[in-house]
Amino acid sequence: MRVGNILSLKTVLAVFVLIVTCSLGFAQERLRMSTTTSTENSGLLNVLLPPFEKQCNCRVDVISVGTGKALKLAEAGDVDVVLVHARKLEDLFVAEGFGVNRRDVMYNDFVIIGPTGDPAEVKSAKTAADALRRIARAQATFISRGDESGTHQKEKELWSAAGITPAGKWYRSIGQGMGEAIMMATEERAYTLSDRGTYNAFKHGKTDLAILFNGEKGLFNPYGVIAVNPKRFPHVKYDLAMKFVNYITGPEGQGIIARYQISGEPVFFVYPK
Amino acid sequence: MSFFHESLRTAFSLIFSANREVFAAVWTSVSVALWSIGFASLVGIPAGIGIGVGQFRLKRALMVILNSLMAMPTVVVGLLVYGLVSRQGPMGSWGLLFTPKAMVIGQALLAVPIVTNYTLSAIRSADFRVVPTTLTLGASTVQSLAQLTREVRFGIVAAIIAGFGRVISEVGVAMMVGGNIRGYTRTMTTAIALETSKGEFAFGLALGIILMSVSFLINIVLTSMQESGRV
Repeated sequence: MRVGNILSLKTVLAVFVLIVTCSLGFAQERLRMSTTTSTENSGLLNVLLPPFEKQCNCRVDVISVGTGKALKLAEAGDVDVVLVHARKLEDLFVAEGFGVNRRDVMYNDFVIIGPTGDPAEVKSAKTAADALRRIARAQATFISRGDESGTHQKEKELWSAAGITPAGKWYRSIGQGMGEAIMMATEERAYTLSDRGTYNAFKHGKTDLAILFNGEKGLFNPYGVIAVNPKRFPHVKYDLAMKFVNYITGPEGQGIIARYQISGEPVFFVYPK
Repeated sequence: MSFFHESLRTAFSLIFSANREVFAAVWTSVSVALWSIGFASLVGIPAGIGIGVGQFRLKRALMVILNSLMAMPTVVVGLLVYGLVSRQGPMGSWGLLFTPKAMVIGQALLAVPIVTNYTLSAIRSADFRVVPTTLTLGASTVQSLAQLTREVRFGIVAAIIAGFGRVISEVGVAMMVGGNIRGYTRTMTTAIALETSKGEFAFGLALGIILMSVSFLINIVLTSMQESGRV
């Protein structure tokens, strides 16, 4: 009886180790892409990547972080391609020789969201900078991403346009993703800056905050794809990265992006060709 | 109330619908944890026995250091391993960052102090007369140490269980050096962090329930090893 017990235990362990070994060993060509949380959290990549993976018989490994960190990963040569949204940082990234062949992929826009009661009267603001000025004047709680993401870059840009250095108890820099920022703003009845895609994904059942300001040119949010420079990092998979760049900027990828919707609303828009 | 209700319901439906992504995450969690604890045991058990049996200067200091290492934050270990395996780091040319292998390195580092310490405590509470007795009976040093180890096997399995608990539940290393890549380096804990960031709290808790169930099953196996080793 006891011998039987121990034998079966050993068998179980042996099979376990065998399967574990196999699972860690398999190899397929992998393209590493660092991207922003908005592309992953919106669910777009789940429909955009599989057709490409089939075509190239490869896997795309998505590391989804803020735009700042996504570019940092590429500057260390740890990824092959980046898909981000912070035009100034992207241009700097290319100018410093880390990336090549930047292409426009898609766009959406930023919106200022807050409680429907709108204590800071953001709704009647003329510009985005004016909206932030009103929030600061009313000392209404504002949640800042504070993580050097593309959204955080845009927020800092808007504060400096407003001529304000935000500080004080009302300004909360949380160092977390867009989703966390929206959830915290919802709990605290606070304002925050969000990309429209993430807000749309949250507005059904997860947040009761409303869009209080949008539609300004300065809130335009373009996404770009950049291959990591193979001259700088010889180990990067440049050819595969360029195949990917051509795929998402080509008719098939652009079609998928344009057709992608959450609850009947488009999330990203493509540029007319 | 409905939050917990929904979590439980989601957990069951995920299990019974055999959701592929969830299974992949469970699989990554378990396989990476087992590899880590395997390596950690290879290092930690002999180290624990050595420190426990040995008489040397600075033994006390070493024990204080080991105790402090048990409290090492997972993100610190994550940063260390990140620095090692990033392309800019000393092991950069191996291309290990954002692979399960890098996670194994980090989690093994987390588990070594725990396995060492638990083994050490087991050895220290053992009856030391085993060593001189076996030696006078004509055993070699290695044989007498093996006998001592056999005496404390219950404690050693406890060391493995504790180390396993540490690595299967951690999120810092897995997130930093694994990168939370879907179907590849996404573990149960990083998946929970992701769902939380998406505001899918009930779904995240459902994944937590599944992770706890898996840990429970594995601990049944480990505990039965512990029991079957007892005379």
